Amino acid sequence: MIPLDAIEATANTLMAKAAIEIPDDYLAGLRAAADSEDGDLSSFVLHAMLENYAAAKEDGRAMCGDTGTPRWYVKMGNECRIEGGPVALEAALRRATAQATADVPLRPNRVHPLWRTDHDNNVGIGAPEIEYGFEPEGEWIDLITVHKGGLFGTDYRMLFPSDGIEGIKRFYLDSLVAFGKRGLACQPAIIGIGLGGAKDACMVLGKRAACLRTVGNRNSDPRIAELEEELKELGNSIGMGAMGFVGKNMVIDCNIEVGYCHTGGMQMSVHAFCLSSRRAVARIHADGRVEYRTDPDWFTPYQRRETVEWDLPTSRAKSA
Amino acid sequence: MGPSHKPREIRLSTTPTPEALAELKLGDIVYLDGLVYTAREGVYMRVLDDGADLPIDLPDLSMANFHCSPAANIREDGSHDLGAVTATASFRFAKWLPRWIEQAGARLIIGKGGMSSKDYKDYFVPHGAVYLSTVGYGTGALLGRGVQEVHSVHWNKELGMAQAMWVIRAHHMGPFIVASDQTGECLFERENAKISANLEKVYEGTRPAVLKRLGETDDRSDEMIG
Repeated sequence: MIPLDAIEATANTLMAKAAIEIPDDYLAGLRAAADSEDGDLSSFVLHAMLENYAAAKEDGRAMCGDTGTPRWYVKMGNECRIEGGPVALEAALRRATAQATADVPLRPNRVHPLWRTDHDNNVGIGAPEIEYGFEPEGEWIDLITVHKGGLFGTDYRMLFPSDGIEGIKRFYLDSLVAFGKRGLACQPAIIGIGLGGAKDACMVLGKRAACLRTVGNRNSDPRIAELEEELKELGNSIGMGAMGFVGKNMVIDCNIEVGYCHTGGMQMSVHAFCLSSRRAVARIHADGRVEYRTDPDWFTPYQRRETVEWDLPTSRAKSA
Repeated sequence: MGPSHKPREIRLSTTPTPEALAELKLGDIVYLDGLVYTAREGVYMRVLDDGADLPIDLPDLSMANFHCSPAANIREDGSHDLGAVTATASFRFAKWLPRWIEQAGARLIIGKGGMSSKDYKDYFVPHGAVYLSTVGYGTGALLGRGVQEVHSVHWNKELGMAQAMWVIRAHHMGPFIVASDQTGECLFERENAKISANLEKVYEGTRPAVLKRLGETDDRSDEMIG
């Protein structure tokens, strides 16, 4: 049984970690970008960002003033049981979100879409979002918080099989060029692409591709992995860098996730996880032990399964 | 692209003289000293649309309008805890800015992404106002370090903390990049023009979607704000 107080305390810590500490994989990607950048202004910007991450960590203050819209991804092993059940879990995550908003402090970003009511705590109708995933075995629970920022950099389009890879590349470039101008997408970013599913599933896949995979990680399908590399290079060949200035670093990495879709269509979504790619992860074990990490490790073989049944012994071998 | 050189760095008062403003060149890096206030749609609507009196003496106290909501908290005893500070995209405020520059006497508009050169020529240049862009985007921790104290907060009850007017005392606060000048030239448009020249080549081997959207254009040199 996972103790509830461990969940709330861990969630509080994760909220601060996400806001303050840039994940190592993104930091390494940005360092490589800063080393390769030869556009004067872009280069200045990337070095300023590196200084900014150091300042945030040193001062214990949020790395960006727009601290995004906090959300939670919760993953549970099949044998996980939570003290108080799922309702208690959700209450704990909402409390931690509100508490951390005051404590870090975070910007109270969340308002009612029409009445602009602000509870000053990032909690409201549907906020924070809490999404769930499961794994075939284990008594643990993974808490992942993502504070994705920005109003720009995300788009969706219904493509069709006849659009093909050329159509995918066109919509990808259109999205990067349009939102990259003036740096509205806060690039260089981790670009997540969702392909297939239905409109809603496609958006979810793309967002998770951006936020729940790490820089340097590749899709387990080798042909998709190849496309990820190709699109990363294509994005960096635009000639646009940080803030939309002339430069060669637009994409820190490109991650693609797919879902089976209607036979007539090929839905596509594009998401940009910005210069402040805020994510933090912890696993809480049944005995209350907590392990922090920055890799959500969301897209396991089980999450990408194609078959009707999932054979437990096989899963044991695959997820070992 | 030639070899990298360090841009020029300038320290500027938030009540700058017209001469100091005229000195600024596109791409200069600026650090600010003095009082800066945040004002965005909430404050603009309250003052310009609803006719509320300005809560502080502008432009005497400050000519620097930051399009920003800080990551900050007002404690129960009324004291402030201010962490990171970064800008929000300014183009959305074009509706109010001409009147704001006129009424509040703002001469430094600080934000994200800049305005169009048309905006600059129409109502920045006639008042000698200049646009400063934050850097990154998201050097929130560095900018937060430049905040010496929170001078005052206005309308946080009425507008919420994100839309309230935060008046902060800046000390060597930056970096900011000069994104407009006294002729109305726009740094972002200059960069977009250079990048557009290369786009035809980048798009080779791609194909427009078989199902079109209304109003869709293939002119990739288009500006997206306006």
